[in-house]
Amino acid sequence: MSLINLAFKKVKTEKRPALLTYTVAGDNTKKKSLEILKSIAKYADICEIGFPHNTPIADGGQIQSSAYRALKNGIKIKDVFSIVKDFKKSKQSKPVILMGYYNMIYQYGENNFINICKKVGVDGLIVVDLPYPENKEFAKKCKKKGISFIQLVSPTTSPSRMKKIIKDSHDMVYYISMLSTTGGKLKVSPKKILERYSKIKKLNKNKNIVIGFGITEKTIASLRKADGLVVGSALCKEISNSIKKRQNPVTNVTNIVLNLRKKIA
Amino acid sequence: MKLKKKIPLIDQHNKNGFWGNKFGGNFIPETLKKPIEDLTELFEKLRYDKKFLKERDYYFKNYIGSPTSFIKLQNLSGHLGGAQIYAKMVSEANGGAHKIYNATVHCLIAKKAGKKYVVGDTGAGYAGKMLSMAAKKFGLKCKIFMGAKDIKRQKPNVDAMKKNGAEVVPVYSGSQTLVDAVSECMRYWVSNCDNTHMCVGSTVGPNIFVKICGWSTAQISRELKIQIQSEFKRMPKKIKLINCVGGGSSAYGFWSEFIDYDKKQIELIGVEAGGPKNSNLHAAPLTNGAKLGILHGAAAYVCQNNEGQINDTASISAGLDYPGVSPIHCFLKDTKRARYTSATDEGALNAYKLVTKLEKINPSLEPSHAFAEAIKIAPKLSNDTIIIVNSCGDAKKDRDILKERLGKIN
Repeated sequence: MSLINLAFKKVKTEKRPALLTYTVAGDNTKKKSLEILKSIAKYADICEIGFPHNTPIADGGQIQSSAYRALKNGIKIKDVFSIVKDFKKSKQSKPVILMGYYNMIYQYGENNFINICKKVGVDGLIVVDLPYPENKEFAKKCKKKGISFIQLVSPTTSPSRMKKIIKDSHDMVYYISMLSTTGGKLKVSPKKILERYSKIKKLNKNKNIVIGFGITEKTIASLRKADGLVVGSALCKEISNSIKKRQNPVTNVTNIVLNLRKKIA
Repeated sequence: MKLKKKIPLIDQHNKNGFWGNKFGGNFIPETLKKPIEDLTELFEKLRYDKKFLKERDYYFKNYIGSPTSFIKLQNLSGHLGGAQIYAKMVSEANGGAHKIYNATVHCLIAKKAGKKYVVGDTGAGYAGKMLSMAAKKFGLKCKIFMGAKDIKRQKPNVDAMKKNGAEVVPVYSGSQTLVDAVSECMRYWVSNCDNTHMCVGSTVGPNIFVKICGWSTAQISRELKIQIQSEFKRMPKKIKLINCVGGGSSAYGFWSEFIDYDKKQIELIGVEAGGPKNSNLHAAPLTNGAKLGILHGAAAYVCQNNEGQINDTASISAGLDYPGVSPIHCFLKDTKRARYTSATDEGALNAYKLVTKLEKINPSLEPSHAFAEAIKIAPKLSNDTIIIVNSCGDAKKDRDILKERLGKIN
């Protein structure tokens, strides 16, 4: 069983949703981001790691800032891989999902990219701008190597399309809670989000479906019925704030993750 | 990779939206899949709908002012010797540039789609100005995304947008130019696609936007074909159609009707922004052999580094200052139907100086790049060669830059 599936299995026995964190690799330095990851992994069930891109078309301000900061500090794809590798050395059983934009994978070469992901211990991949059905070939290649290709579905996804995506999905499906870039304010009521969520869940109860976008310490408890919840921008924002206030982002971000975890425990 | 005859280039893509199985496509976030599918379906219906075509033609004629004139640049031709130089004065169109065709069609589509809001991106400000004009005309609320750097350098167009009631949203991310404006506009659409129509300002972006823009600007070459036939009584044996290329919307519109001709008879020459002389910065992916990449929803040649990060570009013309280019121009380049080259900032400024000194026209810095190439090649050509430059925008928007770089301006 994949680490991602194991993580969901474990939280089910604890009767709580999985907590997924998203931070940008190399934010604000290679060393710091690894420290942050290792520290938050105590409370997070799955760690999503973004590879920074300078033209991120679906990210809001918080994640954009994180990505620009990392790039400004010279982060390269090889550094992203080395962060994952180092992280996995100490947290072998913690699933890692890499998230980014297709151009970076394309320039690296799809096969090359997947092979290195496998080597350093990446468990899943999210490619923001490679939707279904364009992602079919790439998803197949990932599966062959035992890497879960994670599909996204959104409130605009039609029912027929939803069925196909769920059917084709691997270990996890990511439901975008609302029409927004990352880090938007939750503009749909949690009740409404969960209503839509349960419709998707009904299509195949065995699939792990997580909810992301707009989730903060304030909103997370109201969505705890989901299989998993992703928090990204709130963490990136805290890194920005900590840097601004010359505080240690490791402690501050960890505290947020701990609070998030308490709220869904 | 081969071009097909008798099929508009915008329609020569495969079922996944790729031209030559390589350029274009739809690299978009999941949220935009449905809005883009809906738009594709609507556009495919409308473009064959007689009533809609009648409406389009009505506004092209009575609102945009089609056809724009086709004139001989007698003095410039005499001064340079060699080829005879003509200009298609698209800058005469309402608003002062070719961007009005795309903007008008998008607003007509937005109305049919029942959308109340339109958003758009702009570099030189023309796409934004035209969208704000058309939005006002058709009673739509309008928001324009523009790089903060471009807002400063293209002030006259920014003022025009505001006067038309549009909200101009400054974009401070990245290089603060067109590339960032397009990204921000897409982000806005991702967040508001339920009630908002997006107008991409050039033949770039996901497949459908390339098609709508190309379909709209193709009017330019339809007019030109008739004008050439009336001027020369038949199609001359040696024609060179020279057009600047940023995203590529005016060039596609200028060439569309002529792509089927043999390239020995009608040569298509695209001029990209070579940037400041002696600098390594440019916005000329086709000229400088940039690698294939994915930018703003489409695969095309893109100025980027080995890691896939998009390069900063530099050009005196905000409208050409873009690291990518239309997938259909990549296709035209690889099939060798069109030839691409570049002109530097200085080359464009010199061309502007010469053209405005000799002729009573006032091309903006974008078509000044095309004039630079015309001026370069005309003396070497026989005098039965006809060069036609698309003067696709007027220089009113550039007055501050021209003043700064050239002192007194015409």
